[in-house]
Amino acid sequence: MVRNRINNTRRRFLKKVAAATGAIAISSSIEPFEMLLYATDRPTDGSPWWGVGIDISKCIGCGMCAKSCKEENHVPSEPFYFRTWVEQYTVLNDGEVHVESPNGGIDGFEQSVPDEEIFKTFFVPKMCSHCAKSPCTQVCPVGATFESPDGVALVDETYCIGCAYCVQACPYGCRYIHPEKKVADKCTFCYHRLKNGMAPACMEVCPTKARIYGDLNDQESELVQFLKDHSWQVLKPHMNTGAKLYYNALGAEVR
Amino acid sequence: MPVQLKRLIPIFIVFIAIFLIIRHFLIPESFGEYGHYRANTIEETASQEMVHASRETCYDCHDDIQAVVDNDLHAGLSCLICHGPGLKHAEDPSPENILKQGGREFCGRCHHINAARPAEVISQVDISTHNIEFNECIECHNPHEVWLGIE
Repeated sequence: MVRNRINNTRRRFLKKVAAATGAIAISSSIEPFEMLLYATDRPTDGSPWWGVGIDISKCIGCGMCAKSCKEENHVPSEPFYFRTWVEQYTVLNDGEVHVESPNGGIDGFEQSVPDEEIFKTFFVPKMCSHCAKSPCTQVCPVGATFESPDGVALVDETYCIGCAYCVQACPYGCRYIHPEKKVADKCTFCYHRLKNGMAPACMEVCPTKARIYGDLNDQESELVQFLKDHSWQVLKPHMNTGAKLYYNALGAEVR
Repeated sequence: MPVQLKRLIPIFIVFIAIFLIIRHFLIPESFGEYGHYRANTIEETASQEMVHASRETCYDCHDDIQAVVDNDLHAGLSCLICHGPGLKHAEDPSPENILKQGGREFCGRCHHINAARPAEVISQVDISTHNIEFNECIECHNPHEVWLGIE
């Protein structure tokens, strides 16, 4: 008798496991669940997949990128919010690292440390990496921010509730809450220019072509050539964000 | 099935129906077309008005300047760097709506001496001491032909 009861229980258990497995398998194949996947796949049909290349060895820190971005996208000039900005890194002879970005570099740079104390110094322009697996879009509780099919991280101003969770989630500090609109704001890759076949404002005005952009799916594009020619690196690669902002000559000091 | 549960079934169906109806009206048009967002946002973002023209826009009219600049040191630079965004000017050309920047501070953004500026990329001077008998850089240097008329 005892033996029988145990067997019964085991059979019931196995039946339940089989039913649960079947239910999960069927429900996961239902179409609407795909909506819950936030990462956007790189298109394979030849349509564009945008990325940015920045050559630190060419940047002269004029700050025209930061200035033109504010003008093009009506980013409030104060308080100090930026969609793109330039940082000056200075490594002193004693190994200490100074990072400065006065007004995001919009008014240009003044060398703050005398030559004889400097081991090396360089400018690093920063902007949104338009990550393929962007942490910022994954945390949005309402679906107001997303990675577009061509690989640009955008914000839906009419849908954003201004909770600022994405501002915290971006490991690169590329988002802020717009002081007037009270919604998340960020680099749009100058989507309105891109779609009209024009370069983003920051790239248009870069005098040394330190910033370039291009279609990663087009082997002939300027960006793909740049990636072939240089030993590039993205910021914080260990975070696996799928960043599409590729730096040449990126020092280990840069965070 | 106990009779209490059977009675609950229609109530559940009514609640689920109400939920689906409300949901239908709350979810905006085009939501979920490509993913968990409003697909129309893409079009709306793309329809933002431009402020900056482009180098090509300028050269539609000023091809004479292009011929000069592209044979000089500032070859390849966008006109917008010194002349401002310029789209208003392109739509309604007038000397009023275009900038002409050439002061010490402005040129110094690129050319003022700074250890972080790679010397092989950009020529630099100390703008606070370089020929201070003149006020503006463009008094001597024509940015289109930098060394024209200078020994």
